[in-house]
Amino acid sequence: MKKQFKGTESYIASDALSEVVNAATALGRPLLVKGEPGTGKTLLAHAVAKDLGKRLLVWNVKSTTKARDGLYIYDTVQRLHDSRFSDHDVSDIKNYIRMGKLGEAFTADEQVVLLIDEIDKADLEFPNNLLNELDEMSFHIHETDETISARHRPIVIITSNNEKELPDAFLRRCLFHFIAFPDEQMMERIVKVHHPDIENKLLAEIIKKFYWVRSLDSLRKKPSTSEIIDWVSALVSGGVDPRRVKKEIPFLGVLIKKEQDIDIVLAQANPY
Amino acid sequence: MFTGFFFTLKRFGVPVSINEWMTLQEALKTGLTDASLSVFYRLARAILVKNESYYDRYDRAFTEYFKGIESDDILVDEILKGLEDVDPLTLTEAEKRLLQALPLEEVLENFRKQWEEGHFKGHVGGDRAIGTGGRSTQGAFGYNPAGVRIGQGYGRHGSAIQIAEKREFRNYSSDMILDTRVLRVALSKLRTLLPEGPLDELDIDNTIDKTCRNAGDPELVWKRSRKNKIKVLLIMDVGGSMEPYHWAVSKLFSAAKSQIKDLKHYYFHNCVYQDLWTDIERSSSIPTSDVINQYDKDYKVICVGDASMAPSELLDVNGCIEYFYRNEEAGIWWLHKLMARFPASVWLNPMRRRIFETSLSGRMISKIFPMFELTLDGLDEAIRALLKPKRPRITPEEIQSFINRRNRPYQIMY
Repeated sequence: MKKQFKGTESYIASDALSEVVNAATALGRPLLVKGEPGTGKTLLAHAVAKDLGKRLLVWNVKSTTKARDGLYIYDTVQRLHDSRFSDHDVSDIKNYIRMGKLGEAFTADEQVVLLIDEIDKADLEFPNNLLNELDEMSFHIHETDETISARHRPIVIITSNNEKELPDAFLRRCLFHFIAFPDEQMMERIVKVHHPDIENKLLAEIIKKFYWVRSLDSLRKKPSTSEIIDWVSALVSGGVDPRRVKKEIPFLGVLIKKEQDIDIVLAQANPY
Repeated sequence: MFTGFFFTLKRFGVPVSINEWMTLQEALKTGLTDASLSVFYRLARAILVKNESYYDRYDRAFTEYFKGIESDDILVDEILKGLEDVDPLTLTEAEKRLLQALPLEEVLENFRKQWEEGHFKGHVGGDRAIGTGGRSTQGAFGYNPAGVRIGQGYGRHGSAIQIAEKREFRNYSSDMILDTRVLRVALSKLRTLLPEGPLDELDIDNTIDKTCRNAGDPELVWKRSRKNKIKVLLIMDVGGSMEPYHWAVSKLFSAAKSQIKDLKHYYFHNCVYQDLWTDIERSSSIPTSDVINQYDKDYKVICVGDASMAPSELLDVNGCIEYFYRNEEAGIWWLHKLMARFPASVWLNPMRRRIFETSLSGRMISKIFPMFELTLDGLDEAIRALLKPKRPRITPEEIQSFINRRNRPYQIMY
């Protein structure tokens, strides 16, 4: 029996999430993860790699990234340069083919975890250009007429921030999981993982305050998990009394990043 | 397996495909579900549903299909009459273990049998019948991992089949899913590529040329890569007769907003006069002449509106539909000015062509701006017209003749 993903010490995965990760691994399909910013989409891949003891490859997608960049790069310019001098073997084209992240994952000696981060940042057609590669887990290098196919199907985790909709054909090939925002009990566990020594009274006040801030509808950017963890660090290292957290919101700037939002929170907290 | 569920999902409007369904069958074959219905619920959701806004519909479909009973209100009501809310049953851990989760089919079959035998009236406790606080597989507030729960809206132990009934994802559901992808793909054709940024692209022609001149010693020449520098001015009709098309227009707007970097947008009501509104509530405005002078003529103008108005609104001084608004120049002249300044301009009309072509104002405006339907095909045509404006522009004399024949509209029509 293969090792199953269960979450790690520092990453608490809900049952649904770990089941989906295991299903994606068993089926050899990419897993698409969406969710509010700061709910740990990117960290999931790190946790999976750590828990299963596999190497992690990260492909950070930017607005200029092309699908081909992930497969391989043929460095014509370097080859042309080298042809002026005789210290390199320019006759072998293979010396000038460099694998991209996807290529690296396919050629690895053992199964790896491949994180394709923020796929929605790239061009509209980007996911479509990867369909076949992710389906068959293989691609063709025209320059050398070689086909690279995965020796071990990598565990592919793709994150999206919903900036662009992804094409249906792409979605059909993935498993999808939406990381819902953790509820209060879950949040308590998450905070405790990062701050095991926190006083219960302080934590209770923090969580109460945090969900109150989140409940304000007019906020442009609601604080997320990563923000509450930073906030707890600030409060703990500042030695703030639980009673103060109850009355006011110390270090508000850690939670709220937009000026207008700060005004909204302050207006709601002190209506008079 | 569960083929009926596939069609139930379809009926609830969850877009599932055969491919995904086959993947699910594959997953079931590998035993991934662990024979547990709650794992099946989450696994099937991961495979079949690709957008959280469908989670709620999935939940409803799941509830309906796996609840096993048709949402027959009379039936449920009748059962509920027999059920009283009683103290929940407390079981020790050992007892709980004894209660194995039954296969769903068996549970449903059992339920049907009990129902037919009439075991559901006012039953409390026990192991078999429909009732409350018992260990049977039917009823509510009881303890059985594979229970069929009826009504109540919430459960005590949370382990019943119908997690789906909670509809946790109701908030993510939206019947107005902003699917602007197709529109954006269409809009992405709207581009003017101009070299910009650092010298980072190999200029192959010049490299070859230079290298040859160098007697074969490679000399690399770099150029700037070309970026899309499209500039668009979107002018939208809001309020009044545009109300029914609000949805189509906002879809176009959100698609344009995310696809076109340099997008300016203004609003008008029925016809453009000396002011353009900068917000949809029409509370602040900018002089139209400023817009005309401020933006250079490379801007592509897309007007969106139904172009249906009284001839006076288009042709008369002070013809504006708003009582307190006075316009010294007829609306048609403002439209002409826009068109004259920005050669690449089109009009998108949310109505069908056969409708807008029969209205007098629609006919006149489409003589000024090339007019297209606000559909995907129409948008495609409009974009082609924007990139290659080719038809001759209307002259001021022709506009004047529209006004002169003000009282003989049939002469304008034909």
